[in-house]
Amino acid sequence: MTARNLSLGLLGLVVLALLAAAPFYAGPYPLGLLIGILSYGVLATAWAMFSGPTRYVSLATVAFFGVGAYTVAVLGDVLPYPLILVVAAIIGALLAILVGLATLRLAGVYFVVFTFGLTELVRQLVTYYEVNVTKTLGRYVFLPLGPEHIFWQLLALGGATLVLAWWVRRSRIGLALRVIGDDPVAASHLGIDITRTKLVLFAASAVIMTLAGAIQAPRWTYIEPSIVFNPTVSFLTVIMALLGGPNRLVGPLLGAIPLFLLFEWLSANFPNHYSIILGLLFIAIVFLLPNGVLAFGEGLLNRLRGLTREVAR
Amino acid sequence: MLLSALLTGLVLGGTYALIAMGLTLQYGVARIMNLAYGDVIIAAAFGAFVLFNLAGLNPLLGLLIIVPAGFVLSYLIYALMLQPLARRSGDRGRLEVDSILATFGLLFVIQGIALVVFGSGFMSYSFLAVPINILGTPLAANRVLAFALAVLLGGGLYLLLTRTRWGTAIRAVAVAPGSAPLVGIDVDRVARFAFALGGALAAAGGVIISMYLTFSATAGVVFTMKALVVVIMGGVGNIPGALAAGLILGVVETLVASFIDPGLTLAATYLIFLAVLVLRPSGLFGRNAS
Repeated sequence: MTARNLSLGLLGLVVLALLAAAPFYAGPYPLGLLIGILSYGVLATAWAMFSGPTRYVSLATVAFFGVGAYTVAVLGDVLPYPLILVVAAIIGALLAILVGLATLRLAGVYFVVFTFGLTELVRQLVTYYEVNVTKTLGRYVFLPLGPEHIFWQLLALGGATLVLAWWVRRSRIGLALRVIGDDPVAASHLGIDITRTKLVLFAASAVIMTLAGAIQAPRWTYIEPSIVFNPTVSFLTVIMALLGGPNRLVGPLLGAIPLFLLFEWLSANFPNHYSIILGLLFIAIVFLLPNGVLAFGEGLLNRLRGLTREVAR
Repeated sequence: MLLSALLTGLVLGGTYALIAMGLTLQYGVARIMNLAYGDVIIAAAFGAFVLFNLAGLNPLLGLLIIVPAGFVLSYLIYALMLQPLARRSGDRGRLEVDSILATFGLLFVIQGIALVVFGSGFMSYSFLAVPINILGTPLAANRVLAFALAVLLGGGLYLLLTRTRWGTAIRAVAVAPGSAPLVGIDVDRVARFAFALGGALAAAGGVIISMYLTFSATAGVVFTMKALVVVIMGGVGNIPGALAAGLILGVVETLVASFIDPGLTLAATYLIFLAVLVLRPSGLFGRNAS
């Protein structure tokens, strides 16, 4: 098992090195695609880190993502860049703890509904603040960061997210989360502090989402609430994680690659019918692959193996 | 000023109560948390808009076409999309998650169709926009009519649920889905009917909203949220609760809009939502939490 882990880790490092060199050989368009894939890969992995084991479906991904982007837009001229990222992470964590304290004690469906509207609420509050206090809607982001810098930062964030997700799965907290997801009553009888465990993971996943938004803020140049709080982002994150399988380590990442490319192609070719197609795709995934592609593939593989064994007999 | 805000709030609250009744039927009886509910409302509002502008049909007559259409459409959605999910999932938690995800997809489909056909701009039409004097405050006639319609439809539904066999069966499924088959109730059929009835109420709400509010293709989310807040506040499956909660929400929203800032109505909605969830998760008018 350790040998396998070691070789998997080595493989991961090789992939990471190849990707890190990408800005030197890839053109601007492929690099843009890579940034998009990485971004959604990070969001989907962070989403699944909390929602996979607990089965709490969060539809608020873009609320955190947008808060990160807005923090950069507001503080861009005031603070040095690394410090802005720290501030964004703290704001994301505080928001997550606030939301979590209020909603994580509640039954699953209320959580879904609350996160569903949270994006709309944050957008209204930001819009209200900008219109009434700063008297401007929309901000410009001028930071001396090229696409390659954004790419490297996202790559680092993605690597850190995977390592964190891997560690969570192996640690006591991951086990506790799975018990909570399977049976909350049993979990509390086992002495698991359900609320605190969920809160910690929810905040960790939210910080990653916030950073993903903060890192990408310089790409837009111009930022407005309706741009950075686009609910489609939350929607895509959920289908990507579901497609790949939220209970696998690399599942969400693998789900992000084909769907992001499909998404790019659809928005280029069917800009008007885009959300109809996406909605139908979502319904199809919920129907056909309730446990994700990886689980489906493994099931198929196991069946095939069983079949060949019987034939051999 | 205060009286006029209160009256406007009550009128708005009447519409909220009506649309919340539909959602409480869908969630309380058919056990489907329908995230596309608000988009059905918006679709009906567009329907009334088209009938008014193209066919010259006034929204009262429009109701006669759109409400049955909402019923049939919701019936089909349940039979084709949600019933297979309900059959597949053994426990209730699984159905909740699956139905949320599936109707979330449906939300994008309906919204996408509305965007393709009507674009993303705000829509409204002028119907009965003449002031009427009530208690010395002028109120638009279309708002008063909307309130009367909401009371009429809501009252009708209440009588249907409390005075007929059908209504008794629906309430039985809402209270004890496990035991309802023991007295010969076909739970599947009742769930389908309740879901369709909820869709018809959403359609009625949409037509009523189109009489006095502006709406856009992407406004569905906000209506889903408001209906949900009212349902949770009133206690899931509780029709009088939905009525009271709808009126409260309408009044609070109008007061916030007139005395604080119109941009903060959603924030007020959320605050109420959170307060209710934290203090009384079974709703202000619900029975004890189970």
